[in-house]
Amino acid sequence: MIEEEFVKDNSLIHNIDPRIKIVCALLYSCLIAVSNKLSVALLGLCFAIMILAVARLNIAFVLKRLLIVNVFIFFLWLTLPFSFPGNAIMTIGNLKMTEQGIAYTLLLTIKCNAIIIVNIGLISTCGIFQIVHALRHLAVPDKLIHLFFFLYRYAHILLFEYAKLKDTLKIRGFKPNTSVHTYRTYGSIIGALLLKGYERSEHIHKAMICRGFKGKYWLLDHFKITKKDIVVAGILALSIIWLGIVQWAITI
Amino acid sequence: MGNNNLILNLKNIRFGYPTIPKLLDDISFALHQGDRIGIIGPNGSGKTTLLYIIMGLMKPQQGKIEIFNKERSLEKDFIEVREKIGFLFQNSDDQLFCPSVREEVAFGPLNFGKKKHEVEGIVQKALRRVGLIGFEQRTPYNLSGGEKRRLAMATILAMEPRILLLDEPTLGLDEETVERIVDILDSPDLSYIIISQCKDFLKRTTTTQYAIDNGNIVPIKQT
Repeated sequence: MIEEEFVKDNSLIHNIDPRIKIVCALLYSCLIAVSNKLSVALLGLCFAIMILAVARLNIAFVLKRLLIVNVFIFFLWLTLPFSFPGNAIMTIGNLKMTEQGIAYTLLLTIKCNAIIIVNIGLISTCGIFQIVHALRHLAVPDKLIHLFFFLYRYAHILLFEYAKLKDTLKIRGFKPNTSVHTYRTYGSIIGALLLKGYERSEHIHKAMICRGFKGKYWLLDHFKITKKDIVVAGILALSIIWLGIVQWAITI
Repeated sequence: MGNNNLILNLKNIRFGYPTIPKLLDDISFALHQGDRIGIIGPNGSGKTTLLYIIMGLMKPQQGKIEIFNKERSLEKDFIEVREKIGFLFQNSDDQLFCPSVREEVAFGPLNFGKKKHEVEGIVQKALRRVGLIGFEQRTPYNLSGGEKRRLAMATILAMEPRILLLDEPTLGLDEETVERIVDILDSPDLSYIIISQCKDFLKRTTTTQYAIDNGNIVPIKQT
C-alpha cells in the first residue's frame, strides 16, 4: 500500500493552494539542479529544511525517505572523489582522491537532498486528487494527468498484489536461492504481476466510466486563493529569486 | 416503442472470446421499471460479461441493445445509460479509488455536473442509506470487506440510478452484512438485476429468476 503519510498532518504548508506548491517545488528543484555553486546548494537546503519545519512532518518518516536516496549517493562517494582531476589529498594505490572531486560530490549530495526535501515538504503534503486537480488548473494536458493518476493506481495495485504473491510463495514453502527454479519463479511473479495489474487497472477504468467519468476530475473542495496563500507564495517566490541572484548575479 | 416502463431490451445478443466462442449465444431479455430480476449460473457462464454488455463496457458481436427506448451501439450512446444505471462490481476494490469515503461517494454526482452544495446532501443521504454515517473522512482502502461493499453501494445510490446492476453483491460477506444488503435493496424505488450464486439471497430480493446455461438465458420455474 502506498501510504500518503505526509498528507494526514495539518499545518500552514498543508493548507496552501496545491497549485502554488507545485509551481514553487518545480522552480526550486530546477534552480538547485542547474546550480554549480555550493553556496546556492546550501541556501537551497536551508530553505528546504525551513519548509519542512513549517510543514511539521514526522521527522522519522522524512529521514527514512532521505535514507533511501542517500544510499544511492553513498555509491557516488565511493567513486566520484577518485575520478576528478585536481589536487590530490590522499592516494590509495593508484587512486587519487582530489579536492575538486570531494567538492563536486559534496555539491551533488547537498543538491540531491535539498531537492528531495523541498518535494517532500511541498508535494508530499498534497493528496493525489489535489495534485491531479492542481495540474489541471495549471493547464497540463489531460492525457498526461491520466497517465500520472493511473501510474499511481497501478503502483498501488502492483505493491498489493506483490505482497499477496509473496505470501503465497511462503505458504507453499518457497525458499529463494541461486538456482534456475528461483529465477523462473521470479519470472513468473513478474509476469503474473503485469497481467494482474493490467486487468485490475482495466476494471478500475471501467468502474470510473460507469460512474460518469468523462476524462475530467472534479474536486469536492475547490481551491480558493486566500491571503495566506498569497503571503506564502510571496515568501517562496522571494527565496527562489534570492537563490537565482546568488547563483547568477553575485560572484563569490 | 413508446413503452415508458420498458428500460432494457436485449435482442439476440451473442458474445464470445477466441477460446470460448459461444459464451453468450443468443440472449434475449427485457427489464421493466419495478422489475427485480435475479440471474444465476455457474462460474464462467458469462453473467458478468452480460452486465458489461449492458453498460457498454464490452461490445456484443451480434444483437441489438435497447435501453430507455433507444438503440445503443456506440460509446457515446452509453454515456447516458451509465448515468442512469448503477453498476456494483464484483470486487469492491476495483470500484473504490478516491482518498476519502466522502469523495468516493461524490465522484459520480460531481461527474454529472451537480453543484457542490447539492453533492454534500446526496453524499449524506447515500451514506445514511447504507449505514456509513460517520465514515466520511475514512480511507476506502482501509475499510473492512463488508464496509467496502456498502460504500460501493453508496457510490452508485448517490448517482440516483433508475436501475441497479449488482454483480455478486454478497460474495465473501458475513451474514450480518448480507442482511444489511437485503435491507438496502428492500426499498420500493429500486429496480435491479442481481447476479448471484446464492439462490436463497435471490429468492429474498428478487421476484423473477433466470439461469444462464450454455450461453442462453432461461427462466427458473418457481417452486
